[in-house]
Amino acid sequence: MKYMLLIWNRPGFVEGLSEQERTALFGEVDEIMAELTASGELVGGEALADPAQTRTVRLAGDRTEVTDGPFLESKEQFAGYLTVDCDSPERAAEIAARWPDVRMGFGVLEVRPMMEQAGTEM
Amino acid sequence: MTSRAVEDLLRALAPQVLGTLVRRHGNFSACEDAVQEALLAAATRWPEQGVPEHPRGWLLTVAGRRLTDEWRSERARREREAAVALREPAYATVAPPADDAPSGQDDSLTLLLLCCHPALGRSAQVALTLRAVGGLSTAQIAAAHLVPEPTMSQRIRRAKQRIEAAGARFALPSPAERDERLRAVLQVLYLIFNEGYTASSGTQLHRAELTGEAIRLTRQLRRALPGDGEVAGLLALMLLTDAHRAARTGPNGELVPLAEQDRGRWDRAAIDEGVALVTEALTWSPPGPYQLQAAIAAVHAEAPSTAETDWPQIVALYRVLAAVAPNPVVTLNQAAAVAMVDGPRAGLALLAPLDADERVAGHHRLAAVRAHLLELAGETDAAREAYREAARRTTSVPERRYLELRAARLGAGR
Repeated sequence: MKYMLLIWNRPGFVEGLSEQERTALFGEVDEIMAELTASGELVGGEALADPAQTRTVRLAGDRTEVTDGPFLESKEQFAGYLTVDCDSPERAAEIAARWPDVRMGFGVLEVRPMMEQAGTEM
Repeated sequence: MTSRAVEDLLRALAPQVLGTLVRRHGNFSACEDAVQEALLAAATRWPEQGVPEHPRGWLLTVAGRRLTDEWRSERARREREAAVALREPAYATVAPPADDAPSGQDDSLTLLLLCCHPALGRSAQVALTLRAVGGLSTAQIAAAHLVPEPTMSQRIRRAKQRIEAAGARFALPSPAERDERLRAVLQVLYLIFNEGYTASSGTQLHRAELTGEAIRLTRQLRRALPGDGEVAGLLALMLLTDAHRAARTGPNGELVPLAEQDRGRWDRAAIDEGVALVTEALTWSPPGPYQLQAAIAAVHAEAPSTAETDWPQIVALYRVLAAVAPNPVVTLNQAAAVAMVDGPRAGLALLAPLDADERVAGHHRLAAVRAHLLELAGETDAAREAYREAARRTTSVPERRYLELRAARLGAGR
């Protein structure tokens, strides 16, 4: 079963960290990624640029409108995701719990099952 | 020979060659890698240059060479200065003797039991079985599971490390252990079958091929264990289920429920074989869960329509199944069958206790069956809500579409 782990964190939280803390944080991410690669659970993932670079596209009247800035005005912003293929939802949550953003309180991870194209007739 | 025929031949030979190699050298992981490389070499060469006179010997020789190459470079790395003269094993230069009898069937059973080792998680068991016993390439297995090839390659590598760390050897387990391991094998084969069967036709061809692969491996297992009624039952269940394949989806890949399938499109040959298999097995074997599920599928297969189905017989079989293998999913299906005999209220009453069973309480199948029975009972509003709940709970795109459609057919509601 595939799960997407959506990383929501406070933009710019890294600015408040010492160099040592930053190195430790990125090292932790590298370690988890290496572990998920070795176990054959990592399917993919991407980090997103700072939310300041976001453009939001919506319908305004009869035409589309493009505005600068993210759709949601919230303290935490969507920062990136990783996709894992693992044997249980518990395992997916366990991976999420280890992510430094969660562990250090900079943000949250949402664990969401991915839809598949296979189906059983009922 | 066409590349398709070559591929079939290679898959049949894969477990035999691997078995022979592991018995000679003992190192399952290294031997498995070597066989995989030999299979890839053959898959490129044979369709162009023709199949060698002794295909099995060819594969053994090539795999054996890879193995010595591997060991030689490893050894060179470890003992760069030692300069120990390597003894060249005879099989690397000489074709194996014709009487190097392939005990292929036993080997494939031993391999299946090894690949479904309890130290592995389900997805690892599936991946390793497809590669080591099925002879599929990592790329094929990755495509079927919609993951990148390096992910699958790592999963297989890790699985082999786990098996080695658990101290498993290439030998049949003790009779006490064997039974339990065999149940795991059957579960893995059925899982592979369902991975392929539930893939909607057309859009996921790689995945759909898993159905044929599961049937082939189960046939192979049946040849090794003709006296096991559950192996026969599983094969029958697969054949009877796969017989619906052409009728189970509509022109746009939408799911067609059993009651609405065009039974003229069911595969009669597969049904006949499945019915014969399970009927015969039930004459001598104690009825296990796969035989009973196959027997239920056989009753459906022999009915000209839903209305003319022998529902009392199906209810009776579910009752035995629930006694042999109590399981909330069985209760779910039993409730749907009971509704056809005693009415939807009787079915709904059977579902009620499942809300307290955490194995199935939040599952979309419970909501879907309940929705269907509520619809039959004329409770339109409750049925619509249950269909919508089932649609929110499923992680399958075609199932969600089907359930949303059923809800929509009952009107807009509130």
